[in-house]
Amino acid sequence: MKKTLKLSAVLSAIALVATVFTATSSTAATTEYCKDFTQFGSYKNKTVKVFAGIRDPEASVMTKVFAHFTACTGIKIAYEGTDQFETLLPVRVKGGNAPDIAIIPQPGLVETMVKTGKAVPVTAAVLKNINTYYNPAWKAFTTVKGKVYGAPFGASSKSLVWYSPAQFKALGVTVPKTWAQMDAIAAKFKAAGKLPWCAGIESGAATGWAATDWIEEMALRELGPDKYNMWWQGKLKFSSPEMQGVMNKVAAWLGTEAQVGNLQSVATRKFQDAGVPGLKDGTCGMLQQASFYSSMFPAGTTFGPGKDADAFYLPATNSKFGNPIEGAGEFPVAFSKKPEVGAVQAYFSSPAYGTERAKLGGWTSANSGIALSAYTDPVLKVVAQSLQSKKGAIVFDASDLMPTAVNGAFWKEITKFYAEGKSMKDVAAAIDANW
Amino acid sequence: MITFGSILSSSWPKIFQIISVIVLFFGFYGIAFAAGARIKGKKQNSLAIGLFLVPALILVMTGLGIPAIQTFIESFKNADSSKWVGLANYTNAVKDPDIRLAFINTISWVVISPVIVTTLGITLATMLNKMKREAFAKSLIFMPMAISFVGGSLIWNLMYAYQEPNRPQTGLVGQIMVWLGFELKHLLLWSPWNNLFLMVVYIWGFTGFGMVILSAAIKGIPTEIEEAAQLDGATGFRLFRTITVPMVRTTIIVVLTTAMVGTLKLFDVIHTMTGGNFKTDVLSNRMFDENFVYLNYGRGSALAVLIFLGVIPITYYNIRSLRLERKH
Repeated sequence: MKKTLKLSAVLSAIALVATVFTATSSTAATTEYCKDFTQFGSYKNKTVKVFAGIRDPEASVMTKVFAHFTACTGIKIAYEGTDQFETLLPVRVKGGNAPDIAIIPQPGLVETMVKTGKAVPVTAAVLKNINTYYNPAWKAFTTVKGKVYGAPFGASSKSLVWYSPAQFKALGVTVPKTWAQMDAIAAKFKAAGKLPWCAGIESGAATGWAATDWIEEMALRELGPDKYNMWWQGKLKFSSPEMQGVMNKVAAWLGTEAQVGNLQSVATRKFQDAGVPGLKDGTCGMLQQASFYSSMFPAGTTFGPGKDADAFYLPATNSKFGNPIEGAGEFPVAFSKKPEVGAVQAYFSSPAYGTERAKLGGWTSANSGIALSAYTDPVLKVVAQSLQSKKGAIVFDASDLMPTAVNGAFWKEITKFYAEGKSMKDVAAAIDANW
Repeated sequence: MITFGSILSSSWPKIFQIISVIVLFFGFYGIAFAAGARIKGKKQNSLAIGLFLVPALILVMTGLGIPAIQTFIESFKNADSSKWVGLANYTNAVKDPDIRLAFINTISWVVISPVIVTTLGITLATMLNKMKREAFAKSLIFMPMAISFVGGSLIWNLMYAYQEPNRPQTGLVGQIMVWLGFELKHLLLWSPWNNLFLMVVYIWGFTGFGMVILSAAIKGIPTEIEEAAQLDGATGFRLFRTITVPMVRTTIIVVLTTAMVGTLKLFDVIHTMTGGNFKTDVLSNRMFDENFVYLNYGRGSALAVLIFLGVIPITYYNIRSLRLERKH
């Protein structure tokens, strides 16, 4: 009797020690893990509603990363994504049903939202992150009347050309460093009976935006960042001789049957489908599209020189302006002063989110606090490196910076160039009429 | 730590709001009715009318009246409704070449598609009348009506899909054109015929409605009249022209005007299939674009008012015919 008692006592003591031990080890792991998150504070059962145009597969990767934040801070991030974001956000804000945070991909829309009086400037913690980690050019994009409203969440470079290393190898060419070299490659594609360029600009209500990017890239290279800024501010007209020169250069580059094939097909081909079958089956050679295009390739595609697909920097056309970048980004803007909303915004602008998100691939940031080693994809590493640079001209998508009416006309009119054969001169005049 | 409870609780407030509004509504009316029942005499009748009208009036005003008035006011203001601009939005609607094209397209929609819908509807209704397995054939034709126009547009987008001539065609219509030896065309870009191809979607979706309504009217024609006409020697087309059509005249007008109002409001087909590009824009789609893509509430509201003005005479005629039909 006594013996059994003793035995059970010993056993239970062992069990107790074991429980305590496992318990401490697991809390130690959580504390260790949550170390990066203590800066955001600790909350109980708070929910922050985040609304954006980011959808699956990107959205589910993002929410997976959010789960760690929730586990450490107690703030649940209720994410809602829609492809009608630009349409729905103004409706919701106007109707008094604004989300806590909206991730807005257009500085013009940020300004429109600020004008409603419902948007809230960033907290001191977010501002500190912006000043520490980003090229000052980014801050300027969301500064309205001296107040900053957001730091870029994800950022991307649009100045890329996608190609198939296998096709380049078959033609015996290597990645071009200058525009002239790129033209020589295009000529080789033509000689081989293939289309040098892949193109597609269909995108529902936003059809045409892909073609506006081509004009922007050319304007940035031909006219430089200063004239580029004058252009989107409306001080340099589309019908000015400078911009006409740019638009005619684009018409020769990506607006002829010999370069991109049937122009009407370009107008009806979805931008997602522009390069994915074409680059692989060899019907077209190169695609000018932003870094996000990597997610359009089928699962299992390998990226990098000598792999399935790769991208290179769209070369400068001359040496006057160095190697400028056209970037893009989404800005989380708060519509609520609640402390947990500020915490989520600080989290979005910190390396804590970016590092974890970058490791999962298919995403780049302009946050220089994220170690380049976090990017596993060689293409994205190149993009991230250029975006992290705190000097050098980074310009935003010009059409996104123009007033929404002009941007909309830009999309619609450039689509007419492809679909209806409207001349660049008439296209320019029709867009100018919207200023 | 995240728990299931915290996830659930996040959705609590909204449900709670909804329930409390419903409870409040019934509570208020319970009390009001109880009080109303106690009032006797002359005032009782008018009070009852008032009590029953108020909820409907509130709903109509908040859902329809106030927004309509607000739209009318905003149509005289600038893009973000901060300044008065007089008639500028209306003169712009007349001057802008794109909006002018949208006007022309809208008119052709209003004229062409309802006529086809009604013609097809009455033809099908007459042909299917007293046919074997009539209900089966009718439900097949009525089926597209159950599909939203967005869904229908996506289906027809696939039908019209275009591939380069050297590739296999994925669009059924394009492939049939190839088989018949026609030149392969981008159907959705082939202006002005692309407007007709878009109308096909609407006709495909709406004919079932016209057929069902007209079929009911045809079945309502007294058999004596038909028999008398047959005894007089009328058969086939003559019977259709002299008996069927005049007897269901008011119903034809109801179908025609309903389809017309439908085309004036039509937006989903255009928005889904071409986004208003390729010279296919119509007023309602342009209104949506102005309001929600270009964020120009002034211009958008002006277009809304213009569409409203266009709908009024048709709706008036529609209601008048409905009343006439009821009298018969």
